[in-house]
Amino acid sequence: MNSIEVNNLTKKFGDFTAVDNVNFTVKQGEIFGFLGANGAGKSTTIRMLIGVLEPTSGDALVGGYSIMKQPEMVKRNIGYMSQKFSLYNDLTVAENIRFYAGVYGLDGKKYQERKTWVLKVANLENMENTLTSSLPGGIKQRLALGTAVIHEPKIVFLDEPTSGVDPVSRRNFWDLINDLSAGGTTVLVTTHYLDEAEFCNDIILINAGKLVAQGNSKELKTNYIKNPILEIETDRTVDSLEILEKEKWVGETSIFGNYIHVILNDDTITEKNIIKLLQEQNGINVKRVERIVPTLEDVFIHLIEKDNKQNA
Amino acid sequence: MLNRIIAIAKKELKQLSRDTRMLFIIFFFPVVLLIIFGYAINFDVKHIKIAVYDRDKSDYTREYVNGLISSEYFDLITYVQDESEIKRLLDEKIVQAVVVFPNDLSRKLLSKQEVKVQYLIDGVDGTTASAIQNYVNAATYSYSIKLTKEYLAVTGKNSYVPIDLQPRFWFNPELQSTKFLIPGLMGMILIVTAVISISLSIVREKERGTIEQINVSPLSSFEFILGKTIPYIFISLINATIVLVAGYILFGIVIQGSLFLLLFGTLTFLFAALGLGIFISTVADSQQVAFQAANVTSLLPSFMLSGFIFPIETMPAAIQALTNVTPAKFYVVILRAILLRGAGISAFWDQLIYLGIFGTVFITLAIIVDKRSKGKQ
Repeated sequence: MNSIEVNNLTKKFGDFTAVDNVNFTVKQGEIFGFLGANGAGKSTTIRMLIGVLEPTSGDALVGGYSIMKQPEMVKRNIGYMSQKFSLYNDLTVAENIRFYAGVYGLDGKKYQERKTWVLKVANLENMENTLTSSLPGGIKQRLALGTAVIHEPKIVFLDEPTSGVDPVSRRNFWDLINDLSAGGTTVLVTTHYLDEAEFCNDIILINAGKLVAQGNSKELKTNYIKNPILEIETDRTVDSLEILEKEKWVGETSIFGNYIHVILNDDTITEKNIIKLLQEQNGINVKRVERIVPTLEDVFIHLIEKDNKQNA
Repeated sequence: MLNRIIAIAKKELKQLSRDTRMLFIIFFFPVVLLIIFGYAINFDVKHIKIAVYDRDKSDYTREYVNGLISSEYFDLITYVQDESEIKRLLDEKIVQAVVVFPNDLSRKLLSKQEVKVQYLIDGVDGTTASAIQNYVNAATYSYSIKLTKEYLAVTGKNSYVPIDLQPRFWFNPELQSTKFLIPGLMGMILIVTAVISISLSIVREKERGTIEQINVSPLSSFEFILGKTIPYIFISLINATIVLVAGYILFGIVIQGSLFLLLFGTLTFLFAALGLGIFISTVADSQQVAFQAANVTSLLPSFMLSGFIFPIETMPAAIQALTNVTPAKFYVVILRAILLRGAGISAFWDQLIYLGIFGTVFITLAIIVDKRSKGKQ
């Protein structure tokens, strides 16, 4: 069953097309990763899906409700948490929970039950009278997610929820997302951390407002890059990169720390050719050359560069 | 719906209770204004400092001077001994007026001739100078009448004054300017605190991004605005009460008219003022801009154009038309009618309609701007 169905969704701001004819579906209970660079159109798409921005054309069904025709029903049935934590810093933890519970019409026993739950997931039991402004970032983020789903929505949208938090907090936060998903909640999450994308059941990538890839992480890695990828480690990374880029059989290159990833255009090229080129002809000490399975990062850089070339 | 509105109102009050800067603006500002306008700015001319150059030194001149200084309008500072001193006294602002009695005053009075008494008045401040002139005229007139009566009594005739003017000032018998100022002051305080507080409180949510969460929630704009407005209506009513109580204790201003009408008029005024504040919050993106806009649209016009200090009737026609930009103008009319005259609704029903129109226009504008900005972010 599909939680979200997006059909030909388009948003134009004057002459600029922020979201261009996008289609995708999100299944009930899955964690759906929405990837793209800053300004690619992620936030615009999400703002349309949560019913605060009207599409120029196209439509989407969110939880069965049309974002064009029933944005108010959409709002009742979703949760949303943005990169800016939407908590009131000048309210205490309990006051924030009380406020959002009030906004979603929770009271009595239900309210007590949800309040206890939010305090538990945010690790804030016995700290409910603390001012929100004095909480550390990771805790604040969990509290924000807790209050965003206080009304137990079937679908929750997270817009770059982990930007600016430390790795341990990010890990804890993803545990919480997994718990929600396990409980049947559909989670649509935007991120530009590619390690987080690995936790998603399905992923889409958009660039310049257009959908450029979709699938699970395994499919993305195998379907979009057919050519072999070599990972090379040398003494002189930058020099090696310059030498490699002059060769015809080198497609794309990128640097990962001390390593260079090279996508080859020619199947007949092997590790030996690289060693010959760098070590024998240019005197660079090659420590390691290895054929690898592409990472998501390789795939995305490849796809975005390809797409940008086409657009140009 | 009611629960959601209450949730917002409660949240707003809690935030406000922790916002010392805002609390300061809301509650301290009125007190300061009251003190400044109640005490420092006083248009009443009393205790005019005079000097007397008495070249006659008779019972007549002493009696005349006693008549002046027995009222609270004149204080005798000094007697002048020669003419050159007069210039110095006026130049150095030691006195505001000098009375010069000619040396033949008593001789002329005894022989029933007309006497000319000279007054030298500091004319730099025209308002004060003309007030001094009026007091002097009145004092001299009554002393003249007294002399006439005495003269007629001596000659055995009855005194006869053909027309005796008996002015009575209604509503403000002592012509105290504070009585005239307090209603205007109350209008100014209420509009400034209402416009600033509501516009800042909405813009703060925009600035901090919390408005985004509100937009995604099932809260309608109407519920949001109403929930935000309710606490500020109560605060404004508290402020109004503070001003009225202070007006009574400090300046003896008693509410002559109906309390119910006063409340109704005040609520109508708040509707207009909060409408203006809500409109500002839709066009301003930062608290700084909102604060400036609120000041410019509420403080300045309510001070200059509401008839609070400067009477609208004496302004040029173009400026008179401009006075309609501030709802305080209409409220001041209502307040003066209720507070000073004890008038009923027939005296100001049209003002209530103007206020209603004002509020409706700005709330409609706010809705239009808000609708336009949606779909653009």
